[in-house]
Amino acid sequence: MSEPAPPPRESEPAAKRLDVLAAVKEAAIAALVAFGLFVLLIGIRTEQGPTGALVFTTRFGLLAEIVAAVFVGRLLRALTWRDATVSINSLVPGSVKAAASDLAVYAAAAFVAFALLVPIIFYTNRYVLDLAILIVTYTMLGFGLNIVVGLAGLLDLGYVAFYAVGAYSYALIAQSFGLSFWICLPLAGILAAFAGLLLGFPVLRLRGDYLAIVTLGFGEIIRLILLNWQDLTGGPNGISAIPRPSFFGLPFTAADNGFAATFGLQYSPTHRVVFLYYLVLALALLTNWVTLRLRRLPIGRAWEALREDEIASRALGINTTTTKLTAFSMGAMFGGLAGAFFATRQGFISPESFTFGESALVLAIVVLGGMGSQLGVAVAATAMLGGFELFREFDQYRMLVFGAAMVAIVIYRPRGLVSTRTPSVFLHQRKAVPAAIVQDARTGVETPT
Amino acid sequence: MNRAEILTVEHLTMRFGGLTAVNDLSFVAREREITALIGPNGAGKTTLFNCITGFYKPTVGRLRLAHPDGASFLLERLPGFRIAREARVARTFQNVRLFAGMTLLENLLVAQHNPLMLASGFTVLGLFGSRAYARAEAAAIDKARYWLDRVGLAPRADDAAGALPYGAQRRLEIARAMCTDPVLLCLDEPAAGLNNRESVELNEFLRAIRDEHGTSILLIEHDMGVVMEISDRIIVLDYGVKIADGAPSEVRNDAKVIAAYLGVADEEVASAGLEVGL
Amino acid sequence: MEYFVQQLINGITLGSIYGLIAIGYTMVYGIIGMINFAHGDIFMVGAFTALIAFLVLVAVGVTAVPLALFLVLLVAMALTALYGWTVERIAYRPLRHSFRLAPLISAIGMSIVLQNYVQVAQGARVKPLPPLIRGGYTLFEGNDFAVRLSNIQIIVVVTTLILMAGFSFMVARTRLGRNMRACEQDLKMAALVGIDVDRTISLTFVIGAALAAVAGLMFLLYYGVVDFFIGFLAGVKAFTAAVLGGIGSLPGAMLGGILIGLIETMWSAYFSIEYKDVAAFAVLIIVLIFLPTGILGRPEVEKV
Repeated sequence: MSEPAPPPRESEPAAKRLDVLAAVKEAAIAALVAFGLFVLLIGIRTEQGPTGALVFTTRFGLLAEIVAAVFVGRLLRALTWRDATVSINSLVPGSVKAAASDLAVYAAAAFVAFALLVPIIFYTNRYVLDLAILIVTYTMLGFGLNIVVGLAGLLDLGYVAFYAVGAYSYALIAQSFGLSFWICLPLAGILAAFAGLLLGFPVLRLRGDYLAIVTLGFGEIIRLILLNWQDLTGGPNGISAIPRPSFFGLPFTAADNGFAATFGLQYSPTHRVVFLYYLVLALALLTNWVTLRLRRLPIGRAWEALREDEIASRALGINTTTTKLTAFSMGAMFGGLAGAFFATRQGFISPESFTFGESALVLAIVVLGGMGSQLGVAVAATAMLGGFELFREFDQYRMLVFGAAMVAIVIYRPRGLVSTRTPSVFLHQRKAVPAAIVQDARTGVETPT
Repeated sequence: MNRAEILTVEHLTMRFGGLTAVNDLSFVAREREITALIGPNGAGKTTLFNCITGFYKPTVGRLRLAHPDGASFLLERLPGFRIAREARVARTFQNVRLFAGMTLLENLLVAQHNPLMLASGFTVLGLFGSRAYARAEAAAIDKARYWLDRVGLAPRADDAAGALPYGAQRRLEIARAMCTDPVLLCLDEPAAGLNNRESVELNEFLRAIRDEHGTSILLIEHDMGVVMEISDRIIVLDYGVKIADGAPSEVRNDAKVIAAYLGVADEEVASAGLEVGL
Repeated sequence: MEYFVQQLINGITLGSIYGLIAIGYTMVYGIIGMINFAHGDIFMVGAFTALIAFLVLVAVGVTAVPLALFLVLLVAMALTALYGWTVERIAYRPLRHSFRLAPLISAIGMSIVLQNYVQVAQGARVKPLPPLIRGGYTLFEGNDFAVRLSNIQIIVVVTTLILMAGFSFMVARTRLGRNMRACEQDLKMAALVGIDVDRTISLTFVIGAALAAVAGLMFLLYYGVVDFFIGFLAGVKAFTAAVLGGIGSLPGAMLGGILIGLIETMWSAYFSIEYKDVAAFAVLIIVLIFLPTGILGRPEVEKV
């Protein structure tokens, strides 16, 4: 039996030509769309002219460049990626992936170790210290929101409300009563928890999407009240001269009774910054510890059961109302503690710091962290805020890139960085649950299957 | 000699707008008995279940649950979770509702939420590592292990519930319901999708639950093999109305039941047949 | 009394604008169960597109207001629809079969992108437009107060009515409308019976964006000034309106919009202008406590 004759080589170039033609068509359409999108908004630039009325200039050169770039980019993509349906995930060999998930435990420990050493490593770099404080603060906020969204599956879009309540409570209590930081902090947390109960109560019967918009509404209401209730909150001017923290009674000043003098050190403003860093790190670690403990207690399991299937939870005798309320108020408490820290760190707060953008950022951190995982939240916060800082030179384009990065990351990894859920208890062996099986927060109708 | 009544349904009517799903239904389920609810699709069986377990509020009627020790509950007045917690009525669902992302063990521990919550001092004591809670959790894990063994799923205790095959998921759901130590277990089509061997195992399992644990069972089922084999009593519904109520042998031969399932002989067809000489 | 009637007119006008935006939210939610966070910013893009189109037309020499208005309407609808289409393709379609929260995060990201894109492209300052449509009618007077109905208000309400009518017709009578309703009921089944689900969803976004563009144009004409941030607040209020009226319900969206417009206007007229946004949210919360599915929403009976 002879082998069938190889296909004539004529057809190859023809096939290739068709491919190129199709790719060019694809690129042309993309360029056309780009033209439509950008012709008015980029091609024309409006400015307020000398008389105050709007005048405009044309930027057709820029428009042409962008359209051309889209064309070329799309053409390249169509030509090269057509056959290679490679995803980045599949490039990583299985053995590496398996090793990676085993390393997760060590990664957490390494992360904490690194976090503890940051002030020592970067002692002279005030900029890094400030950034580190920011990252840890948002990590703590992420831990708090994680209880509500990641564990209990309640879509809260107004988390900034509790951050604000904590900050303002701290500021007002500290200023009015002159109590020490260590008393005002838990008080602020308790007030925030109470706010969580208040805000949680009316929304419990609402399903996911309604819960989302109502919590968003609460966040806005709180901000508007802070903005307008001038007598209490100082309105848009906020509250300033918030008492700064002291080292258990020793103020961070150059005076003789100050921290530096007491410990025989040369005074440096960095002392306070380092103290603040360890303070927020301690708070974040506390939040983390409490959350991990709660996950292994009945209440934590009830939260996760609520997320997985609320109806089944009810049928097992779980009071879903109180379960939701505890999730809300625990999350609120930690948000409030973070807010109190924020107030004392800045020395000054105003409603501008408590916009919906904050809620969105914390939610993004929790979702991109993935699967209710604490480590994921920490990594996501570091990546997002660190990345944001890295692009500081880009100035106005920074937020644009940030938004685009958010979209890109969630498309690439919709369940977030961490792709498995770790069970809180095991009989024989702790086995991770893959992401595909686990429920995430509800945004819509409970689809009865 | 009749056993004590455990569930008394009196004049239950459930209306959804213009549709009457259950119409003036009254029956009794007795202690330590398996009572089956059968009837064609749409007869109102799951609606009845939902009324009993608190997912619907009956339009009219009374549902009394009496515990062997004398405690009595009016189910139509209780919110769903209290029916499970205090009246100790457990249920499974027509389309299995497991906590898919949690392991089998975790599923069974969630079922023991209420006693564990008490033992953990409503979380506070548990947070600080109380010895009492550790003991309670160990006991709960033992109970979970026991039921996992009973349904043959112990080796898979640490797998995700959502990864189990269908038959195993159904068994797990029953095991989970039993972990709440119910007085009345309501099963919604437990034999659906099971093959013959699995159905036989299910029969044995349900009988064991009734005999060893003293749990009364209320069962919705279409599989007549299962129903006739293990039921002590059968209630037949059709269009929301009770058309038969008795032992399997009585119900099997009841003309109304046969008519509901198989249809009545059409008189016209019968007379036409006579004319033609059939 | 006269003052009240004036506020009524103002409220309905504002409410019409909200209603047009709310329709976009409710349609998208109805069909794929997603809160399109970027929709408010699509409205903003529509307003900017209209603004720039106006400037260009005037520069080119088209000064007859009705003609310019008509052309701007077409251009704004077309280009904004293109934005709606693009956003859906890039940010939502890849996540269609993904988990619930993913499209939400993507939408928030797109919202940030759109806001900053316009801010970078056009500058952060507000953009004023001289009033193009002047004049109106004095309806009646009394108590030293003249109740005026301006031409622009008439245009806004009439345009909204026409669009609503056309849109309801489309949904009820055309094949596209039928496809949309089918997808809303059961996406998988719709695909199985041969409906091009991708195309139907794209068209939903496109139509929603076009309506938002009209709202943007109306906003521009009514208020005479736009900036890159109007999308957020208008978007949140419009979504509140959609939820208030019963999400998934088209007449609900318009009803909710009118209600929110009226609440906002009345509150700022009679109580305090600073808290007008709070009033809208507060009403929403109160309504949802008693009517958890909104005013015209279909009550969901939990099927177990």
